[in-house]
Amino acid sequence: MYTQAMDIPDGQPALKPVARTASEAEAALQARFDARIDADGRIEPQDWMPEAYRKTLVRQISQHAHSEIVGMLPEGNWISRAPSLKRKAILIAKVQDEGGHGLYLYSAAETLGTSRDQMFDALHTGKAKYSSIFNYPTLNWADVGVIGWLVDGAAIMNQIPLCRCSYGPYARAMVRVCKEESFHQRQGYESLLQMMKGTQAQKDMVQDAVNRWWWKCLAMFGPPDADSPNSAQGMRWGIKRMSNDDLRQKFVDATVPQAQVLGVTLPDPDLKWNEERGHWDFGAIDWDEFWNTVNGNGPCNKERLATRVKAWNDGAWLREGALAHEAKQRERTMKEAA
Amino acid sequence: MGAATMERPTVQADYLLHLADNALVLGQRNAEWCGHGPILEEDIAMANVSLDLIGQARLLYQEAARRIGGDATEDTLAYFRDAPAFRNYTLLELPHRVGLVGYAQSDIDYSVTLVRNFLYGSLMVLVWDALQRSSDEALAAIAAKSLKEAKYHLRHASDWMVRLGDGSDESHARMQAALDHLMPYTQEFWTASDVESQAQASGAAVDVAALRAQWDALVDEVLADATLQRPALPKGYITEGKRGVHSEHLSYLLAEMQSLARAHPGATW
Amino acid sequence: MTTDTNKAPALKEWPLWEVFIRSKQGLEHKHCGSLHAADARQALQMARDVYTRRQEGVSIWVVPSAQITASEPDDKAEFFEPMGDKIYRHPTFYEIPDEVGHM
Repeated sequence: MYTQAMDIPDGQPALKPVARTASEAEAALQARFDARIDADGRIEPQDWMPEAYRKTLVRQISQHAHSEIVGMLPEGNWISRAPSLKRKAILIAKVQDEGGHGLYLYSAAETLGTSRDQMFDALHTGKAKYSSIFNYPTLNWADVGVIGWLVDGAAIMNQIPLCRCSYGPYARAMVRVCKEESFHQRQGYESLLQMMKGTQAQKDMVQDAVNRWWWKCLAMFGPPDADSPNSAQGMRWGIKRMSNDDLRQKFVDATVPQAQVLGVTLPDPDLKWNEERGHWDFGAIDWDEFWNTVNGNGPCNKERLATRVKAWNDGAWLREGALAHEAKQRERTMKEAA
Repeated sequence: MGAATMERPTVQADYLLHLADNALVLGQRNAEWCGHGPILEEDIAMANVSLDLIGQARLLYQEAARRIGGDATEDTLAYFRDAPAFRNYTLLELPHRVGLVGYAQSDIDYSVTLVRNFLYGSLMVLVWDALQRSSDEALAAIAAKSLKEAKYHLRHASDWMVRLGDGSDESHARMQAALDHLMPYTQEFWTASDVESQAQASGAAVDVAALRAQWDALVDEVLADATLQRPALPKGYITEGKRGVHSEHLSYLLAEMQSLARAHPGATW
Repeated sequence: MTTDTNKAPALKEWPLWEVFIRSKQGLEHKHCGSLHAADARQALQMARDVYTRRQEGVSIWVVPSAQITASEPDDKAEFFEPMGDKIYRHPTFYEIPDEVGHM
């Protein structure tokens, strides 16, 4: 369960003087690291950490950041067509917040020894993933509200525990993110409430959106813990605080009453209150569909990624131009000083 | 024309619509960059600019709706008027690319976005500054708020003009091309439309033509730092968007913007 | 530029800046994160956009990350030679392991 200390050959003969060997140092540092984790303390950027812990965090934080950025696209799809100025403004603000969240998270990941360029390269070449929920299309205006209600709702469930994660910069970024995210969920739900009080066409739009998104949101929490080998290590390191199944159940329990207030039907004939368990029972998730999408063959994967790659490539002239300007300025300053 | 002697002169609704349409159309265009910006930090900055503009539009439409009365709301004005009723400068409805016809497909170019924001922003800091002293109290209040935002937008755009104009060969070329493309559209600023003349006569609006020298000075200073050449403008067509005669681009912009709202007339969102 | 459309062209990055904000009622500047900018003026403007959402009355400091020198955490000092430490590790190439779990 513990991470192995880095494999360092111990070439020191037994009778050498007191100077500590590298592997003794590693073991001691590992022990201190473990103790701090056990005491629910924080690990900060300069602290010693097992290489596996660092790599796992780089992957998790950067993929979280990529999710925010790619997540701008399904919602950005409806900015130009938002049906009222108020909704347009709310949606732009939301998409902008998501960009900001991506930025906080890239910033946290960079403290672990990676760079923005490296992370984008990993995303653009398909080595790094983003949350698969963003591989589905937004087909009508109600999708925007449903994403706010369900997708952000699910994300909040995942993210609140992360505010207590062991790695300081990640935990602090998550506190900032969570503050802003609850506003998003409320705005999404409120817009659906408004539509459900409106015309039949609006109600149909909302129900259609719920039908398409409900199961995908349940799958967002990931496969059952029995099938999730990373969960245990994540929990051990204080990165993951609750199991996938527990989070998923919590989400269903919170959301069913919200759906009832809205007046929408959740598309699950097996959804039933279980008095004994004190929870809502729900039907089987289609994990094949989930894995197909995670592995790159969902409805929008290729378009989402190609769009991000294009934005990056098309922006190269601007990024380079800015650097060229800065170089010129520095040269001028040096010449003036001379 | 005379306003009642006991009341402070105000502008007519049409003039507010001119200001509102400017803000909405440019806000709509700038928002097209969400998720596609050249770097994440700029995505956020441009979304901010767009949000500010839409906020200005909302305040202006709401005030205009009050004066028009009846069923008018910010949304009926934004979503249920056709292109000839829109009074924005043609400059603002142009897509983010150098001159092609309305239905041509091509990539969007951030240089056009920045130069346009610079040219319009340079005007609006002067306009809002004058309008915050307007006898029309509602307009003066909106102007004071908008001035703060316009200064921020102008600073953002100006910084980029210099950074990219005096940047690499490629960035310089793109900025120059954008400037050459957009400068002719600024001629529309200087000849008052009937709506503007009427508003001016009330005493509550600003004579934009009188701001020209200041605008020229502002623009020339930045262009010099940016090592960009101000293009000579031959005598010829001057755009008339503020008179309701637009380019081919506005009807596409409105079709997209208004389609969903118009599909559900009377619905509340 | 490569012809492989999936490969981002190799670029020099905008430098990283650390952002410190003192809120309107605050007593001192607090570190709140980092961002990339080509120059100081841009860093300041972006910090305002990203970290304050343009609240008024805040004070912002931006510092190139490379300019910050940090003290050694106690653990490390015990086992390794002391050296003027940077606030982050030097960027090192790393392999991203194959995706096995969700998200």
